[in-house]
Amino acid sequence: MRSRELVIVGGGPAGLAAALAAHEHGIRDILLLERDQCLGGILNQCIHPGFGLHYFKETLTGPEYAERFIQRVLAIPEIEISLRSFAVKLDSKKTLTYLTPGKLETLSARAVIMATGCRERTREMIHIPGTRPAGIFPAGLAQKMINLEGWLPGREIVIVGSGDIGLIMARRLTLEGARVKAVIEIQKESRGLVRNVTQCLEDFNIPLYLRHRIVKIHGRNRVEKIEAAEVNDELLEIPGSRFEMACDTLLVSVGLIPENELIEMAGAEIDPATNTPKTESLNHTSIPGLFTCGNAFKIYDLADGVTKDSLLAGQQAAEFIRSAS
Amino acid sequence: MKTYDVCIIGGGVTGAAIARELSRYRVSIALLEKEAELAFGVSKSNSGIIHPGTQNPPDSLKGRLCVQGNRLIRSLARELGVHFVEVGELIVISDLQDLPQLQAIKADAEKLGVPGLRIVDRAWLAEHEPNLSPDIPAALFAPTAGIISPYRLVYDLAENAARNGVEFFTGHPVMGITRVETGFVLQTPQRNFHTRFVINAAGLFADEISRLIGVDDFTITPRLGEEYLLDKKREFTTHHLIFPLPTPESKGILIIKTSDGNPMIGPTARSTTDKTDLATTDEGLRKVLQNVQQLVPCLHERDIIAYFAGLRPAAGDDFIIRHEGRAPGFINVVGIQSPGLTAAPAIACMVAGLLKKAGLTLHRKWFFHGRRPASVHLFAIPFSQTEKLIQKDPAYGDIVCRCEMVSSKEIRDAIRRGAKTLDGVKFRTRAQAGRCHGGFCTTRIMKILMDELHLPVMAVSKRGPGSELILGSRDHA
Amino acid sequence: MNKLMTCIECPKGCRLTLEPDGSHVLRVSGHKCPKGELYAKQEFENPLRILTTSVLAEGLTLKMIPVKTSQPIPKAKLLEAMEQIRRIKVQCPVNLGEVIQANFGNFGVDLVATRSAQKPKVS
Repeated sequence: MRSRELVIVGGGPAGLAAALAAHEHGIRDILLLERDQCLGGILNQCIHPGFGLHYFKETLTGPEYAERFIQRVLAIPEIEISLRSFAVKLDSKKTLTYLTPGKLETLSARAVIMATGCRERTREMIHIPGTRPAGIFPAGLAQKMINLEGWLPGREIVIVGSGDIGLIMARRLTLEGARVKAVIEIQKESRGLVRNVTQCLEDFNIPLYLRHRIVKIHGRNRVEKIEAAEVNDELLEIPGSRFEMACDTLLVSVGLIPENELIEMAGAEIDPATNTPKTESLNHTSIPGLFTCGNAFKIYDLADGVTKDSLLAGQQAAEFIRSAS
Repeated sequence: MKTYDVCIIGGGVTGAAIARELSRYRVSIALLEKEAELAFGVSKSNSGIIHPGTQNPPDSLKGRLCVQGNRLIRSLARELGVHFVEVGELIVISDLQDLPQLQAIKADAEKLGVPGLRIVDRAWLAEHEPNLSPDIPAALFAPTAGIISPYRLVYDLAENAARNGVEFFTGHPVMGITRVETGFVLQTPQRNFHTRFVINAAGLFADEISRLIGVDDFTITPRLGEEYLLDKKREFTTHHLIFPLPTPESKGILIIKTSDGNPMIGPTARSTTDKTDLATTDEGLRKVLQNVQQLVPCLHERDIIAYFAGLRPAAGDDFIIRHEGRAPGFINVVGIQSPGLTAAPAIACMVAGLLKKAGLTLHRKWFFHGRRPASVHLFAIPFSQTEKLIQKDPAYGDIVCRCEMVSSKEIRDAIRRGAKTLDGVKFRTRAQAGRCHGGFCTTRIMKILMDELHLPVMAVSKRGPGSELILGSRDHA
Repeated sequence: MNKLMTCIECPKGCRLTLEPDGSHVLRVSGHKCPKGELYAKQEFENPLRILTTSVLAEGLTLKMIPVKTSQPIPKAKLLEAMEQIRRIKVQCPVNLGEVIQANFGNFGVDLVATRSAQKPKVS
C-alpha cells in the first residue's frame, strides 16, 4: 500500500485552497482527488457574478473565481491531481480507498482533508405530500442542466424555498424564457441574501410568498399543479388559505447538507441534526489528522468564506503532519 | 399473422414469473405490458418481503401458495442470480395479554406448514434485536421470512424468460379482446395479437381486462399503502422484519429490511377508488412514524430519504386464480396482493397446471437455459472483487451515482438489458435512489441513456411518454 | 417622496433611502460604502445589470461556455439580450476573458468568456 503525506478529497474551492495552503506550509507530497473530469467543483455551474468580493476585492463569476485557484494549483508539481477519482472508503487510520476508471487504489495518508462539499436537501426531506411525477428538480440540478448542458427543465415554474440557489435560478430560468410563477418560503423572511431577492425576483416581478408552504403536488407523469397554503407561527397550515397554481416544474431549494458520509464511516463523531463533525475547533473532526473544510465542515453563505477557512485547513494539516513526525 | 399459444397481460412479478415458468415448454408466448417498462405497476411499490406464510387463514389459496412460494423462491433466486436473504421475521406484541393471539397465528401458520415457528421472550429479543422497544415482552419468530429486490426479481425473471423465447411488448396496453375460433385477438394501439390462451395478470386493471371477455364477477378495489425509505446508514438498526399484530385490513405498519440495505417503514392502508392515486400524505407519514417508533424508538424522521405510495390490487380477501369456463382459454390471475411476491413462483406453477387442464400441451424444451449470471452491483460486493472487475473493464471504476456507488458500466448494462427510462435505471441499479435523489447523477445518467438508445434529450423520461424531464434545449432552439 | 431600495453591489445588501428631485437624486443615505451611493443614483436614473449566461459551443471541451457582458447593460434590455445569446454558437476555442462577440447586441459592451474551452484532445 502506497503512503502519502496529505490526501485531499474534493477539487472545489475548499480542496483547492487547502492544497495551496498545505503546500505553502511545507507539504511536498499532496494528492488531490476530484470525482469530476475537471477541477472547480460546483463553482463551474455558478456562472453568476458575486464571487471574490472579499478575497480578490472584485466581483467574479464562479468559473472565474475557480480558475484563479486552479491555475495556481496546476503550477505546483508537488500537488498531484487525480481526476474522475471517487473515494469510497476511509478508516480511522486514514487509509483511503478510491476508484478511478481502470483502477481501485488503497493508500494510507498521514493527514486527510475532506473537502467533499454538500448536497441539496430534497423534496423528500421536507415531506411535501402528493405524487412523484417528472418535473421536480433540486435547484442545483436545474442549474447544472441549464448552465452546463443547455437544457431547459421546465416552462412554468414554482420554486419552493428562497435559498440563494433558488433565487438565482428564478432569474436564470426567466432569462431562458421560462415563466417563474412564484417562490414559496415557509419562513417569515427569505433565506437568501437580500440582494438576490432584489436582483433575482424584484427585477423580474416574481412574487415571493413568505410564510407559505406547498401542501400537495399534483400530476401523474409530469407535474401539473401545486397546492400552497399560508402557515401560522407553528408553521402549520392556516385553514381556508389553500390555493392552486398550475405549473409543469417544481424547483426545490430548501437548504444544503454537508457530505460527511466518509468521515462518519471512518468513525468520526457526527451531529445527526446537521450532518457536520462534532468538534470544538474549525476544520477538525474527532479523529486526529482527519480534517474537513468548506461546505463539508459547515454550510457557508459565500465561496470567499470557504476559501478563507480552507486555507487554514491546509495549514492545520501541514502543522499536524510536521508535529506528528 | 402469427398465433401465439399464450399471451400474458401484465408485466409485474406475477406475469413475469408465469412467463419464465412457461418458457420451459415448447409453446410460443408473448407478454404485453401497458407501461414503458416491466414492474412499473403494482410491483414497483412492493416491499420485497418473502413471507413465511404466517398471517394467512389456513384454508386460503394465498396461504398455500405463499408457503410453496417461500420454498420455491430460494432455488429460483439462485438460478437467476438474484440476492435473497433469509432474515427471519418477528411478530411482536406490546402486552403479554396478547400472547394468545400470537399463539393463534402460530397455530394457523403451522396448519399451512410454515416451519420453525417459535415464541421468543424479552431476553431473546434483547439479545437478537437490541433496538426493539424494551416494552415489547414477546414475539413470534418465523425464521423462513426473507427479503429480495422486487424489481430485480421481475427484470431477471423476464430476462431469463426472453432468453428462452418469450417475446416482451412494453408500452402495449390491451384495449380490446375479441374471441375468435382459434382463441382470442388482443387489440393494442400498435397491433393485434392472436393467441390461443390468455392469462390476465393485469394487477390493478385486471377487472377491466376480465370484463372485456364478459367475466365481471369481481372488482379490484385498490388499497393504498404509503412506504417511507430510510438512509442506508440505518441498515442494521434492526436485524429481522418487524411486524406488529395484524389488523383485519392489513399486516400493520412494519419495519422492513430491504435487500438494498435501506430500511423501509410502512405501509399504511387506505381504500381508494382511483387506480392512479399514488399520493403520500402528512397523515400517512405521521401514522407510520408514530407506529414504528413504538416498536423501535431510535428511528427518527430525519432518517427518511424517500417515500412513495403503492396500490394493492385487492379483489376480496383471497387470490382469484382460475380458468374461466365461460371463456375457454382465458385464465384470470387476479387480486394478487400480499403475499403475491412470495407466491409468484407457486402461482406460475399453478397457472401452468391450469393451462394443461384447459388443453394446452406442455412439452419440455430440450434446452432450457434456466440460469443467468448474476448482475453486478458494486455496492453489494467486497472491494477485492470490485478491483478485479475494474481490471477487466475500466468503466466499473467510473462512478456515476455517488450515494449508492453505481458505475457507468452497471448503468450501461442495465440499459442494454432493457432499461429505457430513468426509473428503469434506478430500479435495476439503484442509481438516483440514495440520499441525494439524483441531484448529482441525473444529468450523467440521462447522457448515458441518450448515448445507448440514440435519444434526443427531450425524449429522455422518468417513466415513459408524458414524463420527459427536459422541455427545451439550446441545440433545438 | 423618498424612495427605498436594496443595494446589490455586495452581499451586505444595504437598505438605501433616496431623496429624489425629478429625475435626479439629491441625497442617498443608508449606504455603508461609496459604492452604495453610486449604485443608488444609477439605479434611480438608469438601472443597469451585468448579464451572465452561457452560450452554446460545438466541438469544444465544454458544451456550454459561460459568458458575461464586459459592462452592465440596461436592466430593461436583459430579455432582449438573451434573444441574441440564443443565436450564438461558438466553434473556435476560447480562453477565459476572451471576447466572444464585440459590441454585443449594439449595447456598446463585449461578450466575454468566463471559462476556457478547447478543442478536445484526440485520443
